[in-house]
Order: sequence, then C-alpha cells, then structure tokens
Amino acid sequence: MTLVKNGAVVENEWVTVDDDTIVPIDQPAIVSANRWRNEKERLRQRNVPIGLRLSSDAVVDDIADALDTIELIALEFPAFTDGRSYSTARLLRERFGFEGEIRAVGQILRDQAQFMLRCGFDAFELAPGANVDEWIDGLSEIAIHYQPAADTRTSTAVLRHR
Amino acid sequence: MYRYDAYDSQLVGERVAQFRDQVQRRLDGALSEDEFRPLRLLNGLYLQLHAYMLRVAIPYGTLSSEQMRMLAHIARRYDKGYGHFTTRQNIQFNWTKLEEAPDILTDLAKVEMHAIQTSGNTIRNTTADPFAGVAADEIEDPRITCEIIRQWSTLHPEFSFLPRKFKIAVTGAYEDRAAVRVHDIGLAMQRNEAGEVGFEVMVGGGQGRTPMIAKTIRDFLPKDQLLSYLEAILRVYNLAGRRDNKYKARIKILVHELGTEVFRDQVEAEWEQLRDAGPNLDSAEVERIAAFFDPPSYEPAETSGYNAKLFEDHAFSDWARTNVARHKQSGYAIVSVSLKPEGEAPGDATAEQMDAMAEFAERYSLGEIRVTHEQNLVLPYVRQSDLYALWQGLRTQGLSTANIGLISDIIACPGLDYCGLATTRSIPVAQRISRLFANLDRQHDIGELRLKISGCINACGHHHVGHIGILGVDRKGEEYYQITLGGRADENAAIGKIIGPAFSSDNVVDAIETLVNIYLEQRYDGERFVDTYERIGQSPFKEALYDAR
Ligand code: SF4
Repeated sequence: MTLVKNGAVVENEWVTVDDDTIVPIDQPAIVSANRWRNEKERLRQRNVPIGLRLSSDAVVDDIADALDTIELIALEFPAFTDGRSYSTARLLRERFGFEGEIRAVGQILRDQAQFMLRCGFDAFELAPGANVDEWIDGLSEIAIHYQPAADTRTSTAVLRHR
Repeated sequence: MYRYDAYDSQLVGERVAQFRDQVQRRLDGALSEDEFRPLRLLNGLYLQLHAYMLRVAIPYGTLSSEQMRMLAHIARRYDKGYGHFTTRQNIQFNWTKLEEAPDILTDLAKVEMHAIQTSGNTIRNTTADPFAGVAADEIEDPRITCEIIRQWSTLHPEFSFLPRKFKIAVTGAYEDRAAVRVHDIGLAMQRNEAGEVGFEVMVGGGQGRTPMIAKTIRDFLPKDQLLSYLEAILRVYNLAGRRDNKYKARIKILVHELGTEVFRDQVEAEWEQLRDAGPNLDSAEVERIAAFFDPPSYEPAETSGYNAKLFEDHAFSDWARTNVARHKQSGYAIVSVSLKPEGEAPGDATAEQMDAMAEFAERYSLGEIRVTHEQNLVLPYVRQSDLYALWQGLRTQGLSTANIGLISDIIACPGLDYCGLATTRSIPVAQRISRLFANLDRQHDIGELRLKISGCINACGHHHVGHIGILGVDRKGEEYYQITLGGRADENAAIGKIIGPAFSSDNVVDAIETLVNIYLEQRYDGERFVDTYERIGQSPFKEALYDAR
C-alpha cells in the first residue's frame, strides 16, 4: 500500500487492526469505532498513538469524545460514488477542530483527491497499482476555488476584492 | 448578462484540460468504464442508445448571440447538424464521439460555456424564470441569485458525490414560470414586512417515480444568508440521504421519510452552526455579480406601427396573441419562439435556426436569448415596433409557430428514439398530437393547455405536471400510454391524477381528442382546460373515455 501525505509519498507507520486481533502495544494502531467504544479505557492507557477507522455512515457526534485522544481518523469510501465522508471530514476539521491526520481509505480516484484535500483530508491510501506521480499531480489540477471549504485556499469571491 | 473574469476562465480551462486527460486515460484503457463513468458524468457526457450524448450547460437559460453561434458550430462540426434544447434550459448533442468531446469543451470555453455538472449526482445547472429581468411582476432578477449559486456549486468539494442529482430553481416573480415547486430546492423571492428581499425556501419537490410538491421549510430567508442555508440543506442530505436504492435517493424521499418538521429542524440546527462561518458572499461580490444584470438602457416607445400591423395581418396577430408577452418596459415585448412546429421533435433546432436566432437576437433583442424549461426560446428585449419584421424573419426559418402555451406546445422527453432507459417512444406521440391539432384556429379556441409526455417512469417529460400528462408504459413488449389530468407546474403546483387504464399507441391520440372535446362542451367563459377540470372533476372525462368502449 502506498500512502500519500501532504503531497508526498510517506512511510505508513500505522497498522490497521480488525476487531478480533490483539492491538500491538508498540505500534500506532487504527481500530474500529466499535472497538474503541468497548475498550476505551484500555486503549487510552497505551503509550502509542491510536487512530479510528470510520465507515461512511458514521456520525461524528458519536465519536466526539474520542477526538482529544486519537491522532488519526481513517474515513472509508466503500465506493467512488459514496460521498458521505467528504462531509464527515469537513465536520471533523471545521466543527470539531480535529487536527490529527484524516486519511482517505477504500475506493478513491486521483480525480477526487483535490475534493478530498479541500474537505480536510491530508492523507490518501492508494489502491495497488495506482500511478503515484499522477496522483500527486491530481492534488493540484484545479487552482481556482469558488467556495471556501476546510482548507486554507482562498475563494475567488475573496480574491476578487483584494 | 454575466461575463467571465480571469478566474472564471481559468477554472473552465483547467477543467477542460483535466477532462481531456481523463478521456485519454479511458481511450488508453487506464480507466475502466466503471471508473470513467462518474468522471464523464461530472462533465455532462452520457452513454446513450446509439452514441455519447453531451449536455451543455446554459446557466439559468441565458445565451448571447455569440454563444448561440458556437452551439450552431458544434451542431454542424460534431453532430448531425442539430441540437436539442432540454427541460433544464440546457442543450444536448445526441451524436457525440468520445474522442471529440474534449474538443467540443474547448470550443465552448471560447465563449464562456462548459458542461460542468450537467449530469452526475451533483448540484446541476440552476434554472430560472425565462422572463427574468423583463417580467412585469418581478421583485428582482433571479439570475443574480442563480449566478451566485452557479459559482458556489461549481466543483463544490463536499457535494460532488451526492446520493443523487440535485436541482435548484429560482423565481423572482409572483407567477412561477420556473416550476420551482417540483425541484429539489425551489427558491421564490419574497419581500418581508420591513421591505427586505429574501426567499421562501421549498425542499423536496420532484417528478420521477415518486412525484412530490416541495414543502416550504422557511418562509423568509434573508438574501445574504442564502449560501450558508443551501450548504446546510445539502450537508444534511449528503449525510442522511439514502444510498441503498437509487430510486429512493432524491432529497424528496428523505424529507418524506423524516417528515418536513424533523427535516427542517435538522437543517436549521446545521445552519445555526454554519451561518457565520459559511460561504455567504460579502456585499462587494454580490454587487459585482448583480451589476452584470442591470437593466439595459431602453429607448423611447414607438407602438403605433405595431398596432396597425396587428389589425392588418391576421397571421401576425395570431402569433402575437400567444407568442408575445408583456414587458415591464412599455414599448417593448418579450417574444417566445416556438421550437414545436407541427410534426417535429419538440425542442430540436437545426444549426441554421440557431444561427438565425443569433442574428435575430443581435438585430432585435440586445444580443440575448433565453431557453425555457418548456423547450422554447425567448427574445427578451424586442421593441414593439420591430415585432413585425422579426416575425417575418422567423417565418423564413420555420420558427414562427404560433402555439406558445397551446396544446401543440408539447414537452416531450427523447424517449425510445434516443434514451437508453426508455420503455416507449414519446416524440412520435407528440408529433401525432400536433398533427391532429394542426388547425391553429382550433388550437386558439382550445386555449392554454399544457401537454407533457414522458417515455418512461423517470418522467423527464414532466408528465406529472401537465394539464394533460402522458406516460409511456411497456405492456408485454407493446407501447401503452397512461393519461393523467390536472397537473400543473405553476405557483399552484399539483401532481396530475391517473384517469384510468392506459391506451394503446393507436388509441392514445383519439383519447386526447375526447378529453379536449369534453372540456369544450363543459367549459365556462374564460376557463382554461385545467380550470374546467378542477371545477367538474375527473368523472365526466373518465366516462367519455371509458364508458363508450
Ligand atoms: S422519461 Fe424515461 S425515456 Fe424519457 S428521457 Fe427520461 S429516462 Fe428517457
């Protein structure tokens, strides 16, 4: 798996563990929201970072109490066309002020990368065989943004009156 | 009308380059059709029965002469010499080649046009009253709002993969010529007691399998808060709209399942959080956009020649009676140009007709043309003293059909002749009806009658809101047509009711004639078909259709 973060390929330090596997004590681990809910106290006591993986139907309010503990949220795209995680990412950034990594996982196309970036994603798990250079280009194909979003890019409505 | 600045041009240019690359990757095989599909749909490219269809956006239905000429060029160069104006105020080219689609977009960009978000599960082209800016009963030109929405919704990063397509319509007038109550969001301009301008916000209208009239969720939304309110609606919908079943994915189903109150509460709660941090424009940007829609400088009125011609020339006065509407400026007129000549496909225009319209607009209408959701064209700024000359010009182009609002001014979807989803043909039925009622005096006698035909349950021909609606249904491989009565898309919007069992293709046109005859027998003075229907109800129509059989 190739991980692109902040516009470059990076080493993935995180391990994603499913609900039946023991969470390693010496490596940053991504667990399901369910597991986090059930094992909150124990997971909090580990001294290594913990992250959450949220399905596309997750409701941010349900995990709001985790946000000051966790350092990464992986948002799932079960299909290219399932756009719920775009809203979830914006809520995490803009409403809840989450500053950790927001990672896009699942079915994602490079042509969607810029939308994701603007909604607050900063890391992308590429599908096997994806062309990394094209992916990174995809992050900046469109330079004009008509509307403000979760990123720091200035919208045209503001640029026009500077 | 709105003109691009460097930002607008750059965005469209970048989008064309991006799409060119996507098409290339598809042609090379780097993208599968499954992967390419959502991408091409973001650029208006559909795969139809015989070829690709490219749908070009005509923002809120306003075109310049220069743009119309480009559409004519595209029809000639890349299609079979014609285009099809749609019920969304757009134009479709039905014979597009995939490898040429990027070139078409490049040509369009030269005249500040594009195909962005004319398909796909995104916020589509916002539609407006085709008489915007010239209607006598208008609070404010709705196109200012539409352009603001156009920019906000273009490549919106959060709302490009919604559960389903999303359509917004805006009217600034009392009379609703934009069918706002059958849109996902309808905005009707209002003035509050303090004299401020805002919108009544209606949500969850739509046609398709489950037709619904939109529910008002806010009586008055201040104009400057519009975008944050839209963002709140869209966010609630994006997160909660159904994605398990394509046919239940429109916002109307969400509103229906939650109930209007609950839905409204969710939107208002989201809006509370957004309204200060949201995308609302500051007044400098609103004023910049609004200035493009300032009224032109009208010339003093000269009407005597017009009145004389009305008297002298019967054919001209027939045309004027249906196709000329009152302008807010005295001495001027709004001219509707019918794209429904007898026996032709509704909404089609040839490249020559498009060029001619560009020419007429330049000569007589300040270079501006509108497209209506009834699939006709409008010249919004014609001096009354020019009407006769314009009419003569239109006659030479087959564009002078005097049937606006009459029974042969039919809306029909492409149906089985083009559409991959169709179960029946719709254009041939429209053609047969318009031939049956070819006699113009008879049509004028029948008066306003909105007849709409869809080739399948998806209802692109808006049959649910036709005074008479016709829906094609397949019965064991045979084309049948179900008739609904009493629908309307105006400010008293209603969904038509099914009158009874469907008619075979052979009998459906006779059935329409029977319905019209009942109306003629029963009407009171001044009643339109739909008024008589609302007064006497279904039974007399039903008896006439079925009891005799
Ligand atoms: S109503 Fe049906 S047949 Fe007509 S255009 Fe829509 S999908 Fe096609």
